[in-house]
Amino acid sequence: MTYAEAIREALREEMRRDPRVFLMGEDIGIYGGAFGVTYGLIDEFGEERVRDTPISEAALAGCAIGAALTGMRPVAEFQFSDFMAIGMDQIVNQGAKLRFMFGGKAQVPVVFRAPLGSGTGAAAQHSQSLEAWFAHVPGLKVVLPSTPADVKGLLLSAIRDPNPVIFLEHKLLYRYKGPVPRGEWTIPIGQAEVKRPGKDLTIIALSIMVPRALAVAARLAEEGIEAEVVDPRTLRPLDEETLIASARKTGRVLIVHEAVLTGGFGGEIAARIASSEAFYYLDAPILRLGGAETPIPYNRTLERRATPQEEDIYQAARRLLQRRPL
Amino acid sequence: MSEAVPALSPEQMRCLLQTMYRIRAFEEKVDELFMRGEVHGTTHLSIGEEATAAAALQALRPDDYITSTHRGHGHCISKGADLKLMMAELLGKETGYCRGRGGSMHIADVASGNLGANGVVGGGIPIATGVGLSIKMQGLDRVCLCFFGDGAANEGTFHESINLAAIWDLPVIFLCENNQYGMSMSVRKATRCETIAQRAVAYGIPGERVDGNDVFAVYEAVSRAAARARSGQGPTLIEAVTYRYKGHSKSDQNRYRTRDEIRAWQERDPIKRLAAYLREHSLLTQEEIEREEAAAYQAIEEAYQFALASPEPDPDSLLEGVYA
Repeated sequence: MTYAEAIREALREEMRRDPRVFLMGEDIGIYGGAFGVTYGLIDEFGEERVRDTPISEAALAGCAIGAALTGMRPVAEFQFSDFMAIGMDQIVNQGAKLRFMFGGKAQVPVVFRAPLGSGTGAAAQHSQSLEAWFAHVPGLKVVLPSTPADVKGLLLSAIRDPNPVIFLEHKLLYRYKGPVPRGEWTIPIGQAEVKRPGKDLTIIALSIMVPRALAVAARLAEEGIEAEVVDPRTLRPLDEETLIASARKTGRVLIVHEAVLTGGFGGEIAARIASSEAFYYLDAPILRLGGAETPIPYNRTLERRATPQEEDIYQAARRLLQRRPL
Repeated sequence: MSEAVPALSPEQMRCLLQTMYRIRAFEEKVDELFMRGEVHGTTHLSIGEEATAAAALQALRPDDYITSTHRGHGHCISKGADLKLMMAELLGKETGYCRGRGGSMHIADVASGNLGANGVVGGGIPIATGVGLSIKMQGLDRVCLCFFGDGAANEGTFHESINLAAIWDLPVIFLCENNQYGMSMSVRKATRCETIAQRAVAYGIPGERVDGNDVFAVYEAVSRAAARARSGQGPTLIEAVTYRYKGHSKSDQNRYRTRDEIRAWQERDPIKRLAAYLREHSLLTQEEIEREEAAAYQAIEEAYQFALASPEPDPDSLLEGVYA
């Protein structure tokens, strides 16, 4: 099953199970969404529960929040995560804060789904990775699934979660295939996973960087190096225990994400590890690999150059392994 | 007052007067507390605008929803809030509606359908639309009344939300309290439109402009809009023209308007107008009116004493309520 199909299956199963769950977003009905994720759901659930909205992101976000506040479980789809900027007040100032501002006397069980990332030639306004923006906000949960099984299990948990969840799907992952458990299959939000065990270095990878890191780990294995690949899966809350344990075990940490390095979430992960007990076990400084300090360009060569590719991760791992403690 | 007096019982009219006195007494007390430094942060008073809040809620049912604005004390009181819990919230106490976490700008009582004041101009309008959607999808016989000001009418959320509510026929009443100023910006400078109500044409819904200092006019307009909403005909935009006597917030020096202008509006004071009507129609005696006024100030004083005696939140409870 592909990653996109796994999302659709999660939506379908949860809509069948819970009549409060409904979908809203631009072109999600007959069109099936910009990436075809919701294709066919309108046939089963109708226009009431698969709601096409006008191009009005602030209303989309706020309307979902209002519905969530009064007993529904909306899943709102943004066509591109870049457009969440248009609904940012509703997400950050309203949805994230209402429960706290109301003294804990309200719940906002809403999911904001959005595709992020580059690699489709869509250039600067349709290709960003903005997960760090949302991870900075108390009150939100931020999830970045990297496999079909994870995306299904985490989406079911996100819909059932009583808090606003930002659910970010990488565009290139939509066509990735993998095994997905049928039926009831949930993964707790806030639990990292070791995608491949190893002892020589840890590669902490986010979103699309997970399959790339796994490919690099396979290549390193041929050279006799055992890389451990860890996927945090959820940025807020962050499962720092799993990340710190891996750092402590291997003594070398490479963090890879597609988002621009400055202010990227890798800095947060690095800081958590460096300020933990794992610091005393490090054999080399923590290495971060992120996007170039530029909006995403249109040109294919430049676009690839702007974000870490397999070869970049491989070279970075190599550099990290060559560093010797003093 | 409007020529056609609505079908309100004497008891309902007395209730309107009570509510307006309570709003005014509450806000005068709050003003005093801020000036004395007993309450921190900021506050936005709606003194002069009491008729709109009181009449709008009188026209609704107790289980209807509201979303409010940063100038929301009146809405909260009209929705039936406990004055003690409100005052405790403004004093930041644990007993307050939001356990002292929200303050004046974020006061809410979700259990009673008050979905909160809002510190962002126009921030509550999409939320109200979502509440309307929720009501419709659950097949409930409720409406959501969305308060916002003339300033919010120029926010993108105003346009987006009314359009959405219109295309989906949602049971939402968009009630603009046009108090003439978005902070210091006169509504006449902020828009080339003659009225805010006329914008309804752009969304294909009814728009109506009423005298916001006339309780009966507001009551009538909101009643009509509520009936429309409940019968599945969708939203209505109402513009209630009113005025705030006090500044935008406590730091306002009122440099953008004249004393004469304020005085002229004070002559159209909504409370005095209703009191005069009740006297002239022998519904209440002057003595009874004064008793209502005194009772309101007494209730506020009791609320203040309750708040003063209430405990502060425990610092260790800081993170409670961030997540469910």
